Amino acid sequence: MNLFVEWLVIILLLLGAFFLMVGSIGLAKLPDFYTRLHAPTKASTLGIGAVLIASTLFFSVNQDGISVKELVITLFLFITAPITAHMMGKAAMHKEKPALERTQNRHLQDPARHRQPPT
Amino acid sequence: MRRLFPFPYLSLLLLITWLLMNNSVSPGQILLGGILALVIPLGTASMRKTQPTLKKPFLAVKYLLMLMGDIIVSNIEVAIQVLGPVRNITPGFIAVPLDISQDLPITLLASSISLTPGTVSLEVSEDKQWLYVHVLNLVDEAGTIANIKQRYESPLREIFGC
Repeated sequence: MNLFVEWLVIILLLLGAFFLMVGSIGLAKLPDFYTRLHAPTKASTLGIGAVLIASTLFFSVNQDGISVKELVITLFLFITAPITAHMMGKAAMHKEKPALERTQNRHLQDPARHRQPPT
Repeated sequence: MRRLFPFPYLSLLLLITWLLMNNSVSPGQILLGGILALVIPLGTASMRKTQPTLKKPFLAVKYLLMLMGDIIVSNIEVAIQVLGPVRNITPGFIAVPLDISQDLPITLLASSISLTPGTVSLEVSEDKQWLYVHVLNLVDEAGTIANIKQRYESPLREIFGC
């Protein structure tokens, strides 16, 4: 494995770790349920993406033949992550979770809960 | 051929996924994947609703690449917002009026919105005219709605030709 690929893998791993950490910090730091919902979706896209690219690179160079398993992980992740976020947000609205005081357009929560057009 | 493969894209996707999961293209795996790609769509055909078909596959690829770029850019934006003082963030709900009415394009639009950090789609109105979205930092409401419509909805409309 040559030095260039090694460095590339290191940089990608660090980048992925950084964005995953930002996601976790956001989960701890953000004030209400709806804003916290943003943290996992962002961590799972770029953070995991960078780690998976690093994994593909590493195993493609170290073993013979390219490793493409990571592509399937990415595919499943990209299908499931938005649906999970959607369902959690929907559940929070139906449980009438209060949004932060300074949230704009809080009146939209009510028609959204009943799946009606905004009034 | 039409009766054997009612959903050619689904069959192709199943075969490719099977080969990727096994990480090999040996004849045995191709045969097994081919059987699965043949049997699963036939078995689940009665559960499927008719969805609009892909009219412009190349535009779909372009859309996917654009989405990847957007994910990276907005990830960095949101990372800065999260690491900075949270007091400055003004979250907000918006209602995006939809021009597309079929289930599949709406699902893809909602997923695109959720995948790009900073926005999460929460609910679709019953008449499928409005999509409710929560925005992490809402500064310009009309601008955000226009951006979603122009950047994600109009290419999806073109891809599915509706």
